[in-house]
This record gives sequence, C-alpha cells and structure tokens, in this order.
Amino acid sequence: MSDVMIRVENLGKTFTLHNQGGVAMEVLRGVEFEVRAGECLVLNGPSGAGKSTLLRSLYANYRLQRGRVWIRHRGALLDLAGAEPRRVLEVRRETIGYVSQFLRAVPRVPAVDVVAEPLRLRGEMAAVARRKAAALLERLNISARLMELAPSTFSGGEQQRVNIARGFLPGYPVLLLDEPTASLDATNRAVVIRLIEEAKAGGAAVVGIFHDAEVREAVATAVHDMTAAAPAAA
Amino acid sequence: MTNETEQPLLRAVGVSHWYGGTLGCRDVDLDLHAGEVLGIVGESGSGKSTLLACLSARLRPAAGRVLYRTRHQGTVDIYGLGEAERRLLMRTDWGIVHQNPRDGLRLAVSAGGNVGERLMAVGARHYGRIRETARAWLERVEIDAGRIDDRPDTFSGGMQQRLQIARNLVTQPRLVFMDEPTGGLDVSVQARLLDLLRGLVADLGLAAVVVTHDLAVTRLLAHRLLVMRRGEVVESGLTDQVLDDPQHPYTQLLVSSVLQP
Repeated sequence: MSDVMIRVENLGKTFTLHNQGGVAMEVLRGVEFEVRAGECLVLNGPSGAGKSTLLRSLYANYRLQRGRVWIRHRGALLDLAGAEPRRVLEVRRETIGYVSQFLRAVPRVPAVDVVAEPLRLRGEMAAVARRKAAALLERLNISARLMELAPSTFSGGEQQRVNIARGFLPGYPVLLLDEPTASLDATNRAVVIRLIEEAKAGGAAVVGIFHDAEVREAVATAVHDMTAAAPAAA
Repeated sequence: MTNETEQPLLRAVGVSHWYGGTLGCRDVDLDLHAGEVLGIVGESGSGKSTLLACLSARLRPAAGRVLYRTRHQGTVDIYGLGEAERRLLMRTDWGIVHQNPRDGLRLAVSAGGNVGERLMAVGARHYGRIRETARAWLERVEIDAGRIDDRPDTFSGGMQQRLQIARNLVTQPRLVFMDEPTGGLDVSVQARLLDLLRGLVADLGLAAVVVTHDLAVTRLLAHRLLVMRRGEVVESGLTDQVLDDPQHPYTQLLVSSVLQP
C-alpha cells in the first residue's frame, strides 16, 4: 500500500469574532481522514459546511484550536498545525501546493513570472523556470502574448488558469485545490482534469473541492462528507 | 545538530523602551533568520518605529538585548559593542531605508555619488569601478543611468526612494531595516517600488525588518508579521495567517478596517 501523505486527526476550528460581540463560530469539529499517494479526496457538502476552511487549515493558512495535520515532508510525517513558521514556509515551498479560488495578483508582475515564482523559490534558474511556466500556461490556453502581461486585467477564467499553473508547475507531492474549475470552459476543464490525473499518477495526494460533478467523478478516489463535520448551527 | 544558518541573524530579548514616563515598546522578543522578511504593523503610536530604532542600533533600549550574528565573530550584543564597532557593522552588514528619502540621502551630492560614497566607506578606491557599480545599481532600481550626475533633489519622490534603496544595497548588506518604505508615495509609484523590493529581497537573499501601517505592503513583502499595539506585540505569525485568520481583537479590527478596492 502506498504512503500516507496527509493524516488529519480530530481537527477543530472555531472563529471568534471579537468585534462582533465575541461571537464564536465553530466551523469544524472532529475532522479525521487520511490521503495516500496517488489518491484524490473530494470534500463534499453544502455551501457553508466548512470545505474551504478545512482546505485552508491543511495549508496552515488558518490556525487550529484542536487537532493535528500530519503532512509527509522530506520523507517523514510532520504536524503542520504545530510547526514553527519557518518550517511551515519550508513545507509550502517543497511539499504542499494550494490553488485558491481567486488569484491574488501582484501589481506589474507578468503572468508567466507569477507562475514561475514557486520554482524560483526552490532555486530553479530564472530562464528555466520561465520556460517551464510558459509551457504549462500554453497547455492551459494562455497565449504567449497574454502571459507577458500582469494578470490583474485578465478575465476570471484566465486568472484562474494562471493560478492553476502556479499550483501545478512545481509538482508538489501534496495538492490542495479549491474549486479550480469553477469558471473554466469545457476545454480548459478537461486540461485541469488531465493535470490532476498526471499529478496522481506521479504519486501526489490531492484534496479538492469541485462543484462540477463531471470533474468530481473524473478525479475522485474517495469522498469526505462534510455535512457531518459542521456542528449544527447555533 | 545546530547548523550555522539555523541560528537567527537578529534576536531581540525583552526589548523595552520609555521616553520619560511614556511607553515606547515593552518586552518585545523576536527572531529573524537569514533571508527572512519580518513585517511590523500597527497604528501610529503603537511603538513600531521605537522598536525598529532599537533593533537597528539607533536607540539603546532601556531594557533588553539585541543580538546579531556577525559574519566572523559569532553573535554579539549590538549595544555591548563600542561605538566604532557598531558603526562599522551598520556600514558593512546593514542598510536602513528611511520613510523620507531625504533622511537617507545626501541631497547636495549627485545620484552616482550617493551610491558610490557607500562603497568608498567600506574601502573601495578605484574611481572607475565605483562609478560603474553605481551606474549598474541605478539601472537595477530603474533609474536612467543618464541621471547619474544629477542631484537627488531634482528627482521625484519615487526616484529618490529607489535611489535610497540602491545606496543601501550597493554594499551587499545581510540585513535591511525599512521604515514605511512606501509611505508618502503615490499608489502607482508604490506598486513599482514594492515590486522592485520584492525582487531584490528574493534575489539577494536579504533579511529585512519592514515597519508599515499598510497591510497590503506586508502581504507582498513579509514572510511573518508582528502586530503591535500600545507598545506591545499582541499577535504574530505567518503573514497570511495573521491577515486571513487574525486572532487578537485588535488585529481583527485592523484587518477588517481595510477597504477592499
């Protein structure tokens, strides 16, 4: 059996809104699952069930009140929820890729450099990183002319493809995908399905949110039902 | 096993300072590693500039220590050094980018001279090479090399700020302190400067401490954040954690008060 890449134990997340009367919103309670190399776990549940919160928690973007997020990093399982900030950055550089719903565009930086940046942070030569970024963007039907422009003026679908390229290019062993196909046409959706399949075949563990049933059925190896994870709304 | 690079470059332990009876900052602990950018945020009067002055050897704190890992002599307490040693350290290993470029530039000296004199201060003597390096740095910070003999008081605010950055980076420091580096600049000029700083910090592997009240600046530049209020650090973490999932009431207020254009 292949290696466990992600193991989530008793994960709990509560937001306390201090400036709104100190309201505490418990979004996740007792979440547990494992994802092995080559698997794709799909998070399923209605809007507001905490799917994106869970994904952000796996990336250590959100800080947890309870539980552990074990990630296989440099060969061993490491609890990301309890890791030092520097270690979290190292894990993000080498091990975990996260494709958010929306691209956070940096002023003036061309799309091709936005995509190449994670490779550069791993020490790849600028020219090589750029060439690889351009090839992947081309697969995602971003023209050579467009990729030299800053993505802040791109359409929603174009920005999303830039974001996808940035997340997939380094070949992370753990991939977190938050609705990567939400604003894509059928052609580009098919490209993303192929990218996910290639990542799985390469041994990546994927956790994703996909509203599109076609994508979900194409890539899922397991489904995690989130309706049970969300405590009854107060 | 402790690797040399696993030791922090800069460490503050219990740094506190008062101005007479008024609190500047209290009990600040922090570590900064090589290649790391730390943002310090908070409103006016939160103590962030006081802390920056203490960290950068410009204000001896009333209590606490500031430790720096030197290239050759191990870790030193910067306020335990003699004045001459401290000045040498500041000149060779550190850069300080002031909010107002006029505080960091010599306005009566040409742009090239502003960059070149920093090289001379660390021992460069060959005029031709100094001028060539100065020219290369002007281009690197996107100032037309044809302006090398012009005085910075003929430059725009954005150009002056970029010149100040070139003047600081030409000696290849390991650590740069920046006090509101994009304050006082037009928004379009800010974006250009931020993009430039991002690239330089990454390419040169610089460590930096950036004080700002602009949370968007920290998102682009800083790996980690300290949030200060009334002289104390109320929250710290990775930049995206603090901005996306703020825990302290004050941080929540700061983050929720930013207008999203």
